[in-house]
Amino acid sequence: MTTETTQKRRERIDRGIKVRSESLYALNSFEEIAYLLTPRVLLIAAFVLMPLILSPWPYWGRVGLSVCILALLSISFDFLANYVGLVSLGGAFFYGVGGYMAAVLNTELGLPPVLSIPVATLLGAGFCTLALLPCLPLRGIYFAIVTLMYPLLMTRIIEAFDILGGTEGFRGIDGFSGFFTEQYGLILAMFIALFGLRRFVNMDGGLVIRAVKDNDQSVRASGISVTRTKAKAVFLASLTGCFAGAYYIHMYSNVGISSFALDLSIMPIAATIIGGAGTLVGPVLGAAILVPLSEFLRDFGSLRIVVYALVLTGFVVFRSEGLMNYMTRKYQQVERWVKI
Amino acid sequence: MSTHHTKEPILEIRSLSKHFGGVKAVDDVSLTVNRGDVVGIIGPNGSGKTTLINCITGFLKPTKGTVSFHGKDITGKKPHKIADMGINRTFQIMRPYFSMPAYKNLVIPLSSPRAKRVGGWRGGGKHGDRDTVAVDILEELGFERDSRVPYKMAGTLPTGYLKRLELGRCLALRPELIICDEVFSGLSASEISSLVPLIEKLNGQGITMIMIEHRLAELFRVANRVMALSYGEKVTEGEPDEVINHPKVREAYLGSEEDF
Repeated sequence: MTTETTQKRRERIDRGIKVRSESLYALNSFEEIAYLLTPRVLLIAAFVLMPLILSPWPYWGRVGLSVCILALLSISFDFLANYVGLVSLGGAFFYGVGGYMAAVLNTELGLPPVLSIPVATLLGAGFCTLALLPCLPLRGIYFAIVTLMYPLLMTRIIEAFDILGGTEGFRGIDGFSGFFTEQYGLILAMFIALFGLRRFVNMDGGLVIRAVKDNDQSVRASGISVTRTKAKAVFLASLTGCFAGAYYIHMYSNVGISSFALDLSIMPIAATIIGGAGTLVGPVLGAAILVPLSEFLRDFGSLRIVVYALVLTGFVVFRSEGLMNYMTRKYQQVERWVKI
Repeated sequence: MSTHHTKEPILEIRSLSKHFGGVKAVDDVSLTVNRGDVVGIIGPNGSGKTTLINCITGFLKPTKGTVSFHGKDITGKKPHKIADMGINRTFQIMRPYFSMPAYKNLVIPLSSPRAKRVGGWRGGGKHGDRDTVAVDILEELGFERDSRVPYKMAGTLPTGYLKRLELGRCLALRPELIICDEVFSGLSASEISSLVPLIEKLNGQGITMIMIEHRLAELFRVANRVMALSYGEKVTEGEPDEVINHPKVREAYLGSEEDF
C-alpha cells in the first residue's frame, strides 16, 4: 500500500476466485480447479516438453540441463537464505563436493551413475554439513563470508597436495545411456527438490526451521537446539547442491577444480533475485531466464557480462521483489485506487 | 495461591553471581522455590532481575554460584537443555515469530522434543494434530477460538495478545516451572485483571511460577513469597506484606528518609 498522492492510495484486494479456491471450496467447480492447477501445470509441462522439443539440437538440450542444474543450486540458496536465514555463498562448495564424490565413486570404485549419483549426494551432503557445523552459530554476513571461503579452500587443498587428480581432475567418467535418460533424470530430480522443499517448509518440521530465521532465542526457549535445526536445514540444502554437482560431472564425463568456481556461488543468487526470493519456484524461473540469456549473449563476446549486469541491476532496481512474487500478486490480487 | 502443602524444593539457587566486567549485575543471590509456589521478584530498574532469570534459564552463564532443578545441577547448561527439563520462560520484550499466524507460533514448541515426550497423544505424535492443540492452548489463554485472532499474523497482534502468546509457548512445553519476565508491563488495568485469574489457574494446575514484576498490587494478589533485589543484591525475602514494609525495600523504591 503505497501513498502516491495525498488524496488517493492504492488498495490491493484478493480476487474472488483466489478466495473461492482456498481450502475445500476449491472443488466448487472446474473454474476454481483450473485456477489452482494452471500455474503448476504450465511449469511442469514446460519442463516435460523441453527435451522433446530440444532433441534435434543436442547442444540446446545441454543448455536446458544447465537450466536445471542452476535451478537446483538456486533452490538450495533460496531455501537457506529465505527460510533458514543463512545467506550461503557456498553453492560451489556443495556442487564441487558432490561432483568430486561422484567422480571418485565412479572411477575408483566403478559404481555406475545410477548408484554413484545418489551415494555421492548423500555422502557429499553429510560431508558439507559436517564441514559447515562450526559456522552454524554465525549469522548474516559472517556466515556468508565463511561459506565463501570453503570452495576457495578446496581448490587450494587439491592443488597444493595434488590429491583427487590435482589440477587435472578426473576424466573418463561414465556418461548417461541416452539423451532422454539424461534429460528426464535431471528434470525429475529438480521437481522432487522443488515440490519436496515447498511442501517441507509448510510442515511442522519446516516451520521449526523457519522459526529459527524469525527468532532463534524463542526457538531456544522452546527446548529446541538451534544448531541442530540449522544443521538439518544445511543437510537438505547440500543434498540439493551435491546432486547438481554429481549429475553434472556424469553429463560431461570430467571433473576439475572449476567445479569449485565462484560463478557457481554467485549465479544462484542472481537467479534467485530475478525469479523472486523466498518462493522456491522463483529460482527455477530465474535460472530459466539467465542460462538461455547467457547463451544468446555469446555473440557479444566479452560485452556479455555487461548486458548481464544491466539485466540484473534492472531487476534489483525496478523489480526487487522478483518475477515470481510480482506474478503471484497479479494472479491473486487486483489493485485499485481509493480515496482516503 | 495456597496449593503448596508439601515443601518440596524444585529450584535452588545458591550464591549466584553474574558480573559484567566490574559491574555486579547479580551478586551472591540465593533462593529456594518450592513446588506450587508463586514467587515474585521485585526491585527497581537495573537491580538484576532479568539477569538473574537469564542465568537460571541458561541464556547467560553465571560467574559464580549454582542453580539446581530437582536436585540436579543445571548451572551453565544450554538454554534449550534447560527448557527441555521443564523450566520455561517468557521474554520481557516479546519474541513471537512475527511472520507466522499466532497458532503456528505454538506449533514450534509443540514440535520440540519435550512436547513430544511429555505432551502425550494430544501434544506430540501425529502430524496435523498440533494445529488443533495450538488453538486449544490459545483458547485457554483467552484467544477467542471462533474469532480470527488465533489465525492472524503474530506481527499484527496487540501487546496483550503477544504477552499471552509468550505464556502459550511455555504451556505448549508442559512446564513444571514458568518464569515470567514482566508479563503485566505495558498492559492496561483491564488486561491485567484478566491475566491475574489466568496465572492463578495455571498455578492451580500445579505449575510453579517465578514472576518478575513492577506492578506490585497485582503481583501480591498471586504471589505467596516475594524476594526483593537492589543493585544485584538480595535485600529481603518473605511474605508479600513483610517485604513491602521492609525499610530497605521502601528505601530502594522510594529513596531513603534523609532524601525528603
